[in-house]
Amino acid sequence: MVLIIQKTLMYAVPLLIVALAGVFAERSGIINLALEGEMIFGAFCGAIVGIAFAKHNILIEKPQAIFVILMIVAAAGGAIYSLMLSFSAINLKADQTIGGTALNMLAPAIVNTVGLAFFNQEKLVMPSNFKSYAIKNPDPNANPIVQIFTDKAYISTYIVIIVFVILAIWMYKTKTGLRLRSCGEHPQAAASVGISVFKMRYLGTTISGALAGLGGYVYIATTAGATAEGSVQGMGFLALAIMIFGNWNPIWIALGALLFGFLKCVGAVSGQIEFLKAANLPIYFYNIIPYFVVLIVLAFTAGKSGCPKAEGIPYDKGQR
Amino acid sequence: MSKKNNSDSRSSSKSFLQNDGVKSLLSSLISILAGLAVGLVIMIVLACISPDIKASHVLKGLRFLVAGPFTGTHAGTNFGDMVFYATPLILCGLSVAIAFKTGLFNIGAPGQFLMGTLVSLSIALNINNSDKPVAGFFVWLIAVLLGMVAGALWGCIPGFFKAVFGVNEVIVCIMTNWIAANIASWVFSTQKHLHAKGKGGYLIKTGETGNMTPDLGFSKLFKGSYVDLGIIIAIIAAVVIYVILNKTTFGYELKACGYNKDASKYAGMNEKRNIILSMAIAGALAGLGGTLYYLNPGIEFNFNAAYMKLPDYGFNGIPAALLASSNPIGTIFSALFIRYLAQGGDHLVSAGYNRYVADIIIALIIYFAGFANLFRGILSKKKSAKEGK
Repeated sequence: MVLIIQKTLMYAVPLLIVALAGVFAERSGIINLALEGEMIFGAFCGAIVGIAFAKHNILIEKPQAIFVILMIVAAAGGAIYSLMLSFSAINLKADQTIGGTALNMLAPAIVNTVGLAFFNQEKLVMPSNFKSYAIKNPDPNANPIVQIFTDKAYISTYIVIIVFVILAIWMYKTKTGLRLRSCGEHPQAAASVGISVFKMRYLGTTISGALAGLGGYVYIATTAGATAEGSVQGMGFLALAIMIFGNWNPIWIALGALLFGFLKCVGAVSGQIEFLKAANLPIYFYNIIPYFVVLIVLAFTAGKSGCPKAEGIPYDKGQR
Repeated sequence: MSKKNNSDSRSSSKSFLQNDGVKSLLSSLISILAGLAVGLVIMIVLACISPDIKASHVLKGLRFLVAGPFTGTHAGTNFGDMVFYATPLILCGLSVAIAFKTGLFNIGAPGQFLMGTLVSLSIALNINNSDKPVAGFFVWLIAVLLGMVAGALWGCIPGFFKAVFGVNEVIVCIMTNWIAANIASWVFSTQKHLHAKGKGGYLIKTGETGNMTPDLGFSKLFKGSYVDLGIIIAIIAAVVIYVILNKTTFGYELKACGYNKDASKYAGMNEKRNIILSMAIAGALAGLGGTLYYLNPGIEFNFNAAYMKLPDYGFNGIPAALLASSNPIGTIFSALFIRYLAQGGDHLVSAGYNRYVADIIIALIIYFAGFANLFRGILSKKKSAKEGK
């Protein structure tokens, strides 16, 4: 039980924040296919700064503080990287699929080039003490449920959940959030009431890039063993899928990410559940479950799509 | 080619620069030059920062990249390998391109690629024809055809979900990719008699069972390279797709669905059938890509890693198609070009750089290819400015 909750959270948290990243871009009207690339790039920025910190013994006795700083660095890296997408999609009205695909190819190429040129390896492994991010519980005999949220939780879990809630509320309950969303539905109408579509779309993709970068760092720090490399094992595309699964709506996305994370860890705990252990199914069977369940759910729930109407279409003033 | 872009095909001018085909070719060339230029800047920057790279390495590296497979002493082998590795890339590119033409984004090529691989290898490896070349050829043929069918059926899944339930094809493609990857690992992990001895996680090669792709003497021409009949099949596939899209009613319907689904439905076309068929063809092409790649006598399949990482060829079909603006014939050249640069990249180590610099340049070229509309606009403006005088 403890293990299930812990594993579910570990898997769902990066998925959650990167899926929200997708929502921010698409709600402003830009298809952000580059989530994967932004995750890789953000994680890589975080890892490089982390290694530099360890080398110069900065804050070495405060791993929690380092973790938070590196998350911010990763978010900044992702945001800067996403400017390339914004520039091509917003300024030059380029095809957003092409821009996103190019960014997905560019990120691993940069990571591997820099890794090989300056660290002589493609994988950047961060110092081992970086893995012990868990919040220390002063009472070692606390009950297991409390332990899940203290000893076995990463500080990133709380930060991500807080950021997720704040940004979701911001997008739906504030003036700027409404304006941002209007640019994804009908940019010409938005422009006619004085909203700068240009600025709003830049805002959307930049927040998107920052969240994806942050998610990328959280992913490598918690799930991928503190190793940055030219790949996040398709998590970016999976987050894109969760975003569509959640119908571009933060609440459904949160539920979708948790469901997916839960199904993903059934295999990991199958050894401890009697009837599953008796069935002795191969790992591949458990790996297929989450993807299969998503397809079944989609077949039954499809219908009204929450897809922003103007996503993917470059804003053209002349069409007003 | 002239039908490819409907936006300004009505232009009455017959000028060379106004031709859509010429314009897309020119804009592709511009993006290639821009990509190489920025790549050069990156190489200079790397030479300035990194202590291992000397200033003289910049020119050497650039020469290697431009020379591609003709760098170094084994030009024949390298050229043959370039052609061989371009084969799955062309087919996956075609797969993405035909889906694009129907308004669908086939990000499921990796899964279709794997299903083709799974079925064709299961046939080709389980029947031993090592001393019967004629029987081997027929088993190979059956393996290729069934590999295509497997890819087509796998491609039908996202098409079916899109047409019947109205589910976005991207999410179904991503889910089916991972399902395919796990099925491939699962099936091959149980087939213990196919496992290569002393090499954990790999299957035996088709060279050992005799059901491999004929090499048509290419291996003598390009000594020691993998190149085989596959490239001819890929080129034929590209021509067939070109003819389907541009010369048949069915192709016209597919494109009409891509431009405006509702209008084509109003015109009496069965848009649901077209979506499923388009994805089936896309799946067959990607499946053929996986089939031809792994039926080569020298290529081995790693079933242990298959479920953890999707095959790159499937995803790299997307840039191959995009660089060619989804033109089937153009996809042949864009795939060959991408492999040309990658072959040059393999030599960059001897110039102090690593091969990923070539990947950066390829990615930049794709990035600039996104500006094609801008370049086309500039080309058109020049023309109209002249007319204005």
